[in-house]
Amino acid sequence: MLDDHPMTAETISARPRPSSANRGPRRPLFRRRSAIPGFGLTLGVTLTILSLIVLIPLSAVAIKASALSPGEFVAAAFSERALAAYRLTFGAAFVAAVINGVFGVLTTWALVRYEFPGKAVVNALVDLPFALPTAVAGIALATLYAPNGWVGQYLTPLGIKAAYNPIGVTIALIFIGLPFVVRTLEPVMRDLSADVEEAAASLGADRVATIARIILPALGPAWLTGFALAFARGVGEYGSVIFIAGNMPYKSEIAPLLIIIQLEQFEYANAAAIALVMLGVSFLMLLVINAIQAWSRRFV
Amino acid sequence: MAAPTKAQFRHPTDDPAWAKAVVIGLVLAFLGLVLILPLAAVFAEALRKGLAPAIEAISTPDAWAAIKLTLITAGIAVPFNAVFGLCAAWAIAKHEFPGKPLLITLIDLPFSVSPVVAGLIYVLVFGLQGWFGDRLVDHDVKIIFAVPGIVLATIFVTFPFIARELIPLMQEQGVSEEEAAVSMGASGLYTFWRVTAPNVRWGLLYGVLLCNARAMGEFGAVSVVSGHIRGLTNTMPLHVEILYNEYDFVAAFAVAALLCLLAIVTLVLKSLLEIAQPDVKRGGGH
Repeated sequence: MLDDHPMTAETISARPRPSSANRGPRRPLFRRRSAIPGFGLTLGVTLTILSLIVLIPLSAVAIKASALSPGEFVAAAFSERALAAYRLTFGAAFVAAVINGVFGVLTTWALVRYEFPGKAVVNALVDLPFALPTAVAGIALATLYAPNGWVGQYLTPLGIKAAYNPIGVTIALIFIGLPFVVRTLEPVMRDLSADVEEAAASLGADRVATIARIILPALGPAWLTGFALAFARGVGEYGSVIFIAGNMPYKSEIAPLLIIIQLEQFEYANAAAIALVMLGVSFLMLLVINAIQAWSRRFV
Repeated sequence: MAAPTKAQFRHPTDDPAWAKAVVIGLVLAFLGLVLILPLAAVFAEALRKGLAPAIEAISTPDAWAAIKLTLITAGIAVPFNAVFGLCAAWAIAKHEFPGKPLLITLIDLPFSVSPVVAGLIYVLVFGLQGWFGDRLVDHDVKIIFAVPGIVLATIFVTFPFIARELIPLMQEQGVSEEEAAVSMGASGLYTFWRVTAPNVRWGLLYGVLLCNARAMGEFGAVSVVSGHIRGLTNTMPLHVEILYNEYDFVAAFAVAALLCLLAIVTLVLKSLLEIAQPDVKRGGGH
């Protein structure tokens, strides 16, 4: 399947080297010295800055947490309160990513396939969560969905409380995650070739069957990537959530807030322990996203 | 029987009109609820008591200090990340070396780290109980609960923005133009300025735009390292939080409205750039 496509430098380098290469003469580590100068300097600057700004400070979390004994670590990172915070954080991020998964597909479909007045504005607005400071989103959402807010006042008579509880957390994470799904799906949906759809239609498939059996499966990997990106961002989100969450221990307290509470009590090692759990999840998500993308490349 | 309508002759890959209407309606309702209403609410709350109190709220000395600090922070973080992005993209896109995918993943790493953890790491390194805590106290250097900490945390959360715009763009453009320039005797720097820079300037601008929006708006990371000292270590988003928690809603939303204007300007410039230079849009989430 891959062979139908012209080989680009990227697909070649992305393929695993055949094992026979090991038996031949060893290839030099730097296959060919590029004619373009500046490699040593720019790579040196890149690695230095990356280490100083990102890698060494990040290692401080693990080093600080390792000052705790295993018992203390478990007590800090997996206390009842912390477990409740993880449940809320991961649960709300998951539900928000699912809702964004549904409306993200519809939004992308409308933007790619349909013409309607105000489309350019809608297209630009989808990126609002990237451009709007999270604290601003937080106070705006809290004001809207509070019991006396523009939206909240219509929910209260229905017995729905949308702010200062896990529903509020989920609403904030829907706001934060939407563009991840739309912007990941968009290029893939745009590149879907019309021939396959026409072929399906000419063979007698109705529109629903074409969408369900041809289009949606083709979007699968991109959808999963967008879902994972939205979920990962939601797990770490702080600014937009704390204003609408209510921040009640065991009920509506998110994990990042718990880190801040530990810091304010000068329990640095405990804060590092919770942070280490969250970093572990972040790395796991990064691996999952990379795996999905590597897997999806096999089907392109 | 009614005359056949246009819908009956639609192209097989086109959706029926009713389906279009339903999808567009659902999308607009959803986006209205999630995106447009919050934006409208900020301006409505800011202007609840008229324009004068809102303007007064953003002209207090504390608000001015917050605006100034936000501009200084972005003014350092964005150029820093631009230089880093150009270096990283030059090394990665124009040369071959082992471990490249790992390096790209590591550059992207700050995107997957919670902003609160981003702030925490600098407290662990430079805070009083941190690695360099004692030495910094001895030399009377304050990083945490001071401006340098805010700048560092902002650099961390905006770290990948410009690099990840430039790397795929420069990879796509290949090396032939640079090789031609170098083979004719141009120096590396000259090649960069005269060949590479003109090719990537729009992508660079696109990355700078997104990086700047996040740098000015960052809340979680900055909140951990700032110490919330009014007039000294408060950025605009932190100032919004303080005013909001003091129930000074008009003032909080007035400062928030300023940040909304920043977001709207960013989105307009970004859209214009995407229309004028379709190449800059790389797709994929940030």
